[in-house]
Amino acid sequence: MGSVTATVAPPTGSNVILWFRTFGAIAGSGFRRYATYRQAALAGAVTNTVFGFLRCYVLLAVAGAAGSAAGYDREQLATFVWAGQGLLAVVLFWGWTDLADRIRTGEVASDLLRPVHPVTSYLATDLGRAAWACLPRLLPPLAVGPIFFDVHLPTRWPTVPLFALSALLAVVISFGCRFLVNATAYWLDDVRGPQILWMLSSGVLAGLYFPLPFLPDGLYLALQLATPFPGLMQTPLDVLVERGPGAAQAGLVAVQAGWAAALLALCRLVQRRAERRLVVQGG
Amino acid sequence: MAEPAALPRQRPARRLRQRPPRRPRQPPGRLAAYRALLGAQVRSQTSYRTSFVVDLVGNLGGTVFDVFTVLVIFGVTRELGGFTVREALVVVGLSSAAFTTADLLVGNVERLPRYVRTGLFDAVLLRPLGALPQLLLMDLPLRKLSRAVFGVAVLAVAVGSAGIDWTPGRAALVVLAPLAGVVFFGSIFVATATVSFYWTESGELANSLTYGGKDFTSYPVTVFDGWFRAAFAYGMGFAFVSYQPALALLGRADPLGLPAWAGWAAPAVALVAAGLAAVAWRVGIRHYRSTGS
Repeated sequence: MGSVTATVAPPTGSNVILWFRTFGAIAGSGFRRYATYRQAALAGAVTNTVFGFLRCYVLLAVAGAAGSAAGYDREQLATFVWAGQGLLAVVLFWGWTDLADRIRTGEVASDLLRPVHPVTSYLATDLGRAAWACLPRLLPPLAVGPIFFDVHLPTRWPTVPLFALSALLAVVISFGCRFLVNATAYWLDDVRGPQILWMLSSGVLAGLYFPLPFLPDGLYLALQLATPFPGLMQTPLDVLVERGPGAAQAGLVAVQAGWAAALLALCRLVQRRAERRLVVQGG
Repeated sequence: MAEPAALPRQRPARRLRQRPPRRPRQPPGRLAAYRALLGAQVRSQTSYRTSFVVDLVGNLGGTVFDVFTVLVIFGVTRELGGFTVREALVVVGLSSAAFTTADLLVGNVERLPRYVRTGLFDAVLLRPLGALPQLLLMDLPLRKLSRAVFGVAVLAVAVGSAGIDWTPGRAALVVLAPLAGVVFFGSIFVATATVSFYWTESGELANSLTYGGKDFTSYPVTVFDGWFRAAFAYGMGFAFVSYQPALALLGRADPLGLPAWAGWAAPAVALVAAGLAAVAWRVGIRHYRSTGS
């Protein structure tokens, strides 16, 4: 009888324009969905700003009298902290359990009936969410930081578009990781274990708590080469503070792109394997 | 088919009615009710053993990484704000012992916004028990036990390796200061949670003072500067959780000029904070309006 998958085959004779239109429509609905929580976004921005002050003072104290730490000068450290606090909610490390909840309740069945691949539709929603988060979550810390601290402003024009691209790739990498963590619910009904593991590792290994070059060189290199974590935050921030020459930065963004593609492919693979064994609960 | 099933269900009910009251017992007191709530929590949380162990380990990891972050920072610099790593660890130890214990006992109150939003708080208010103790016991996070133990262990190691010149006063302070810190952080948890009585969608706002306070107290106050330091350290009193007691334990003069007795002021500051939190709670709960659902 051959293999039976739950996903309805997408319409063949792929129409690229149609695909983009669908993707755009789902992303737009993601944007509108998250745009309803305006007060929570304001509260979150205030919290990010308080943490911006906390972390900025600590890193400036690390730079101390010498004026630099691990190759970052004081202005670069300030930009690193404040842009990092802004990116946190855009990249979204924590608190996304939509897929795991839907798998547990069985609602995921309706995702499988749609003519859009689940990975694609969840990615589109997440990009819409990230686009909304840029307004109330990224901009306030970026605006408040320079008022109270001397920050590093980009001196090369390619930095800004490269940062935008790098931040976009960071969202995709973060989405891929979160999707995989959530997808463990297909096998384990309780995803708290993988969730906690992801929560712990993402904060420390992505460069949120301290710039990763603070770590011993070997460890930092291993993180860069063998894990997607620096691509979540360290790389876009390094691009923004112009650490190293432009070519090296483009190289780091290329590594990020590689991780993003690999993770999305892995998501699709995991999703296909999961659909083979999925038993929707509750009938 | 329905009738035979209905019969056995009636029987215990009849037996209950016929049974004479054995002993005229006193109505169970408040304490018994709280104990029952706590017991139910322990049983329900430990019934899924694997999940519980995973939670214990995960919560431990969070605090381990907090300490790891401080150590990484000291890997880059010799001293931070004029403090060596051994001295700074005393600050970290006092902060993490106080925060983790307060988070275990009171941190749960940060779920209040959800209770207010869903209207579950109505049920809490209807019961003939205090609202705050109920909230704390309703889902006391036993999984946070692991990190509280770790927090106290960090303090023990830090105090042991800092080369403290022990006097009876300092020995008393090393016990009193973390206890005062627990009361202080508990007050912050309660006071910030009351915001949700006025602003239901306040979301992460409370985190800026609870987890933000934890971050602030993990470093010597000299690290911070300007109005931000003035507001957090002295305006809200976070300096008295870890920094001032650490100075008193280490026998160092305060570079910021507070007298030596400031380290012993921690319990007084904690009591003031608890009083303010109690007022905030009482005022807040009067402002509670049910969602009506």
